Amino acid sequence: MDQLNNYLYISAILFSLGTFAVMTRRNGIAVLMGVELILNAANLNFVAFSRFGGMNMDGHIFSLFVIVLAAAEAAVALAIVINIYNNLHTINVDDAAMMKE
Amino acid sequence: MFIDYSLFILFLPLLAFVIQIFFGKKLPRQGDWVSILAIMTSLVLAIIMFFSMISSYDPNFKEEASFTWFDMGEFKIRLGFLVDNLTIIMLLVVTLISTCTHLFSTEYLKGDIRYSRYFAYLGLFTFSMNGIVLANNLISMYMFWELVGVSSYLLIGHWFEKDSAADASKKAFLTNRVGDIGFFIGIMLIYNAIGSFAFGDIFNGVASEMITGTTLTLAGVGLFMGAMGKSSQFPLHIWLPDAMEGPTPVSALIHAATMVAAGVYLSVRIFPILTPDALLVVAYVGGFTALFAASIAITQRDIKKVLAYSTVSQLGYMILAVGTGVYTAAFFHLLTHAMFKANLFYGSGSVIHSMHHALHKKHDHDTDPQDMMNMGGFRTKMPITHWSMLLSTLAIAGVPLFSGFLSKDAILAGTLSFAQHHPQHFLLPIFGFGAALITAFYMFRMMFLTFYGKPQMPELINDIHESPKIMTGPLVLLGGLSFFIWYTLPYFNFMSSHGWFTDLVIPRDSSVPGNPSAEYISQGAHHAHHLAMYLSIAVASVGILLSWIFYIKKSLSADAWSKRLGFLYHWSQGKYYFDENYSKYLYQPTLRLAKKIAWIDWELYDKYFINGFGKVTNLASKVTGKFDYEAIDQVLVDGTAKIANLLGRLLRTVQTGKLQNYVLYVTCGLIILMIIQTF
Repeated sequence: MDQLNNYLYISAILFSLGTFAVMTRRNGIAVLMGVELILNAANLNFVAFSRFGGMNMDGHIFSLFVIVLAAAEAAVALAIVINIYNNLHTINVDDAAMMKE
Repeated sequence: MFIDYSLFILFLPLLAFVIQIFFGKKLPRQGDWVSILAIMTSLVLAIIMFFSMISSYDPNFKEEASFTWFDMGEFKIRLGFLVDNLTIIMLLVVTLISTCTHLFSTEYLKGDIRYSRYFAYLGLFTFSMNGIVLANNLISMYMFWELVGVSSYLLIGHWFEKDSAADASKKAFLTNRVGDIGFFIGIMLIYNAIGSFAFGDIFNGVASEMITGTTLTLAGVGLFMGAMGKSSQFPLHIWLPDAMEGPTPVSALIHAATMVAAGVYLSVRIFPILTPDALLVVAYVGGFTALFAASIAITQRDIKKVLAYSTVSQLGYMILAVGTGVYTAAFFHLLTHAMFKANLFYGSGSVIHSMHHALHKKHDHDTDPQDMMNMGGFRTKMPITHWSMLLSTLAIAGVPLFSGFLSKDAILAGTLSFAQHHPQHFLLPIFGFGAALITAFYMFRMMFLTFYGKPQMPELINDIHESPKIMTGPLVLLGGLSFFIWYTLPYFNFMSSHGWFTDLVIPRDSSVPGNPSAEYISQGAHHAHHLAMYLSIAVASVGILLSWIFYIKKSLSADAWSKRLGFLYHWSQGKYYFDENYSKYLYQPTLRLAKKIAWIDWELYDKYFINGFGKVTNLASKVTGKFDYEAIDQVLVDGTAKIANLLGRLLRTVQTGKLQNYVLYVTCGLIILMIIQTF
């Protein structure tokens, strides 16, 4: 059981770090990295519960899906970042505050 | 069967009217054949009805049908149709004269600018007249009553380019309106007391004394006022002579035979509810009109004016007969008068037509083609017109062997018997016999001036021709109907009106309790019959003889006598200056009063009351406007907006537009939720 808790601690730390990165980093790519960290924290949870929670292979399959989705998400998000750069000549997310208007 | 037939008779002319008014101009011959076809079908149906009436020979025959017109809880109005012998005879008269008029008009109005519309109006008139005849209640009678008024207005004003025709149509309409107010008041008085408009209910109501005394008298006189207007009785007689501005066939149909007889028909229908007092009013109005109108007819020069006043006088006779109780005699005279008077109008139309053409040929547009002083000696030129008119003149003068003798005799006998029973009313037979004398005189004066003697305008006489066959046809037919025989079949006694008519139209007792019974009245009339007959033959002979002395033998000069009689002659020729006096004492004061009232309305009411009201409203609206602006608008409405603005400004600071702030809010929210969840 302790082993599961260890995994969950690591997962929580990863999630917190990811959230922190998303909230604080001004660089768009760094924000994306934070998102990856959150996704990986979730993956770790899936796998840990799959391994120790008697859930067979479901968690493994889920994390594979998450990895695939993360790849797709990264592709789309990087495209957005490039477009932001093309329009604003910066990838500082604070400058992309057009939603305010 | 009778109801179905009469509905066809009623609605066919209306159908013709609708077709004519919308498509008349596009149809070949301007569609006159549509109208003629419709009216002839009606005539055939009326003849069928007439003969089945003769074959069943039932004086009590009656068929009634009614339907609810509208229904508002307690208040219900039922309209309906009533067919009895009176109706059948009347339908035949209306359709017969109407058919003759249609045929006559095809020639008389040839080339008229409003030819198709004229026929349309004839259809409308025939429809409304038949409606009056068929009505079994006062309300639908009143509606059709107004409809004949309208069609009369339209037809009198047929040549409305002429000011005189336009004025005459207005005068006819407005004068009738005066009578119709009385009619309406009468209807309402009766409805108020009895609660029904149907004749049957009204008679029963009167018999069971639901309405009595002065109210009933007033109701009767009110209804009779309607009859006075339509039948052109003194003092509402002024419109009929002016109505001669209309085309002559219209005068024959409307202003001689049918519409003006509607008043008499109404009086005959409502006879059972007339109280003795109301009957006296009726008798005196009728008797006075008979004599009075006859005295005007003596001096008129216009052939149609003579006939017009003669019509007023004859209608007075019928009204007199109703007043003295012999109302079937009134209806009998209505029937015979319709035939011979329509014929006289056709005859005058034929003469005028011929004169008009002759004058037209001479390019003479100043001579009046209706003035008898321009005629004379037409006898050989227009033989059919002459003979036909002569027969009708003999009939109207009351010469034995002719229809007018019988009906006039019945009326005079009734009047004489009335005076025998009530000697204080000796004036009534004097009116009657006096009018008979004058009638014989002026009718022969008209005949002599028109057809006999030397031509007054010799240059015209060679251009005077007999009218075409379509015009002489009705003349021959109606001239033939002036003989007594048609009205007394199956008997051949020319001294008595006993025949199918008296068998089928029998007098009924009055519904008013205490009125003399029909039996009593007819007994009296029967006793007075011989005396009345000799007297009437005597006065007719004297009248004709005088006329002959004045206008053929010329041993007495008409001019000299007119000078000798001085003011009487002028009064008569000036129609007793009724129009002038009405204008002076009635119309002008009314106009002055109207102007005064207008002044009060404008200067006082409008300026002070209306404008004052406006000013007060203005002031009040300013006060409320201020309140609205200062209190409601500034404080409440703007206040709400200001609060919303403030809140908005506070809340917009949260909306940074920075993605990461939103994520922070979400995370904080999540954490708060989790904390709440934990406890």
